[in-house]
Amino acid sequence: MAGYQCDLGRQRHRFDDLKAVMACASPRRSGDELAGIAADTDERRVAARMVLADLPLKIFLNEVLVPYETDEVTRLIIDRHDADAFRPVAHMTVGQFRDWLLSYQADSAALAALAPGLTPEMVAAVSKLMRNHDLVCVAAKCSVVTRFRTTVGLPGRLSSRLQPNHPTDDPTGIAASTLDGLLYGIGDAVIGINPATDNVPACIALLEMLDAVRTRFDIPVQSCVLAHVTTTMQAMERGAPVDLVFQSIAGTEKANRGFGVTLSLLAEAQEAAKSLKRGTIGDNVMYFETGQGSALSADAHFGVDQQTVETRAYAVARAFDPLLVNTVVGFIGPEYLYDAKQITRAGLEDHFCAKLLGVPMGCDVCYTNHAEADQDDMDVLMTMLATAGVNFVIAVPGADDIMLNYQSLSYHDVLGLRHLLKRPPAPEFEAWLDKAGWLDEQRRLPPWPDQSLVVAALLGSAA
Amino acid sequence: MSETPKDPWARFRTATRARIALGRSGDALPTKALLEFQLAHARARDAVHSAVDFDRLAAELSPLETIRVHSAAPDRPTYLRRPDLGRRLDPASAAALPAGEWDVLFVIADGLSAAAVQVNAAPLVRACTARLGHLRIGPVVLAEQARVALGDEVASAMGARLVALLVGERPGLSAAESLGVYLTWDPKPGRADSERNCISNIHSDGLSIQTAADKLCWLATEAARLKLTGVALKEDAPSLAGPDNEKNQLTDRS
Repeated sequence: MAGYQCDLGRQRHRFDDLKAVMACASPRRSGDELAGIAADTDERRVAARMVLADLPLKIFLNEVLVPYETDEVTRLIIDRHDADAFRPVAHMTVGQFRDWLLSYQADSAALAALAPGLTPEMVAAVSKLMRNHDLVCVAAKCSVVTRFRTTVGLPGRLSSRLQPNHPTDDPTGIAASTLDGLLYGIGDAVIGINPATDNVPACIALLEMLDAVRTRFDIPVQSCVLAHVTTTMQAMERGAPVDLVFQSIAGTEKANRGFGVTLSLLAEAQEAAKSLKRGTIGDNVMYFETGQGSALSADAHFGVDQQTVETRAYAVARAFDPLLVNTVVGFIGPEYLYDAKQITRAGLEDHFCAKLLGVPMGCDVCYTNHAEADQDDMDVLMTMLATAGVNFVIAVPGADDIMLNYQSLSYHDVLGLRHLLKRPPAPEFEAWLDKAGWLDEQRRLPPWPDQSLVVAALLGSAA
Repeated sequence: MSETPKDPWARFRTATRARIALGRSGDALPTKALLEFQLAHARARDAVHSAVDFDRLAAELSPLETIRVHSAAPDRPTYLRRPDLGRRLDPASAAALPAGEWDVLFVIADGLSAAAVQVNAAPLVRACTARLGHLRIGPVVLAEQARVALGDEVASAMGARLVALLVGERPGLSAAESLGVYLTWDPKPGRADSERNCISNIHSDGLSIQTAADKLCWLATEAARLKLTGVALKEDAPSLAGPDNEKNQLTDRS
């Protein structure tokens, strides 16, 4: 391959290969600069986009960015590609594909039919030609619906994960954050704990506690302890009430090995969880987290830019029919996404790319204290994502995760979004709130005073 | 019903520092909770961006000898964007390090919290040296714009068999002054995180200085006996272990 070039007036921009075009076309971010693959001028960034816009979409089927022979994620992408589904756009360039995605012809049905025909690299490429608003508008046309005890991802709804983490996994402390969240109607995507200690007995104790809360109040939700997949598999062997199997995943085989997983291990875990038959209305039993920068931090990015390698993780996710997937955007740190501008952009890219690929994408709208961002910035991202139809967002008490030491959204934020944008939670969960008498005549969830029957019923019974 | 109503959250508040039962103004945070959050975030950011007063730290460590070094990251913005530079010494610092033969070397790195280092580092080093009187302890190295792996280069140049690197941990809203310690046997550039033992969460509401010193000295003694640190040492002492190596999180804190 002789490489690619773009002449802009006096300047000729050369790019050695497809990887270089993709990396240079990405919006500026610290992770690609850290990897030494980012465009070094703004003009070069646009030159790369101009090259990219004229490349045929098909190129990504013929020229892989990570070798097929040595990477099982590449093999998964290529071997499972659906050529029939791809046919409607097979003749297009990346630029034409962008125009088509934004057109009225590309409606929900057309996009859903197309998903198996798209590869991660194709959607990453077209995302690089999109503005933030484009990413919102196209994603809003995609709907990916999944089921376990609730239905997540229906158009016009917004679900949430209740994240009641505690630095020592204290059961009363976790119960406190859980009950507080339920009073805000949070948790219809999942009640999910990041355990402070990753071992089997601790994991089982937390699973049993969450299951007891769920059954005591007869709440249509699913629970999850976000331990390593092998820990959860052992918990299942010992008869623990496992609804969902969680795992962090990334976009290359080497990065996944860094997480201690392979595709066959994930398949084994999925089968084990499905065999428990705990879902009442569906059997989407997997929950994955991803995030830009994870491959680079594992020294497993193979020179591919962090946004493209992130989308490859979605190919891993979709192979296992997950109930939930979310990007952790701002969590990984400023060496990958430096500030609010980069975090916002990445959150919208991740959501767009996952939805185009048919992945039920949610988002942990978040940042760490060494990133240039604050809650005002999260307000922007959460509103854009909710408008884009994000499947779910994560919420913690007062936006402060006291175990992982970062800031996400608060229970307040989710409620505010729901009421502002008229997006109720999953229908089964909404019916439960209604039956419990928690909704007002406008179907809002009002603040209940500490001395009200609603609070007494929840906290009293938890004694 | 004439009695003063009880706070139904009372027993929960003692079990967690999470911001539970904040109340609501419509759907939003009440003013008091909003401002408390902003104060905590401001303190966390100040902890990240302010500089350690190393002169004061050196004075507090006296009569222990101290040596000042700087990483290859010239300033804080570079430090935050380029973790690789924070793990290496700048050439001038590297050239000035005195060679020796030490059983234990303490390196104090500013890391991500100047406040954690300013408050906790000197008392912890003093508590440890008091417990390790039988060992040859090198001069205390004070490292600016430094990450955990910088200790490997420093200790290998100075001829130390074991390095204890104290570092300001990434501040959370509820703990902006948290110190961590990483112990590495036979330190040299290229050591993996799995070859270290970590004691984390050392601050006034977390692990106390005395308990941390006990753990550190126990681990240092065991490291010298087994001639290793890392996963293999942790397995023998689960109750003294730091954070799990297998934590399922998409993060890189070193």
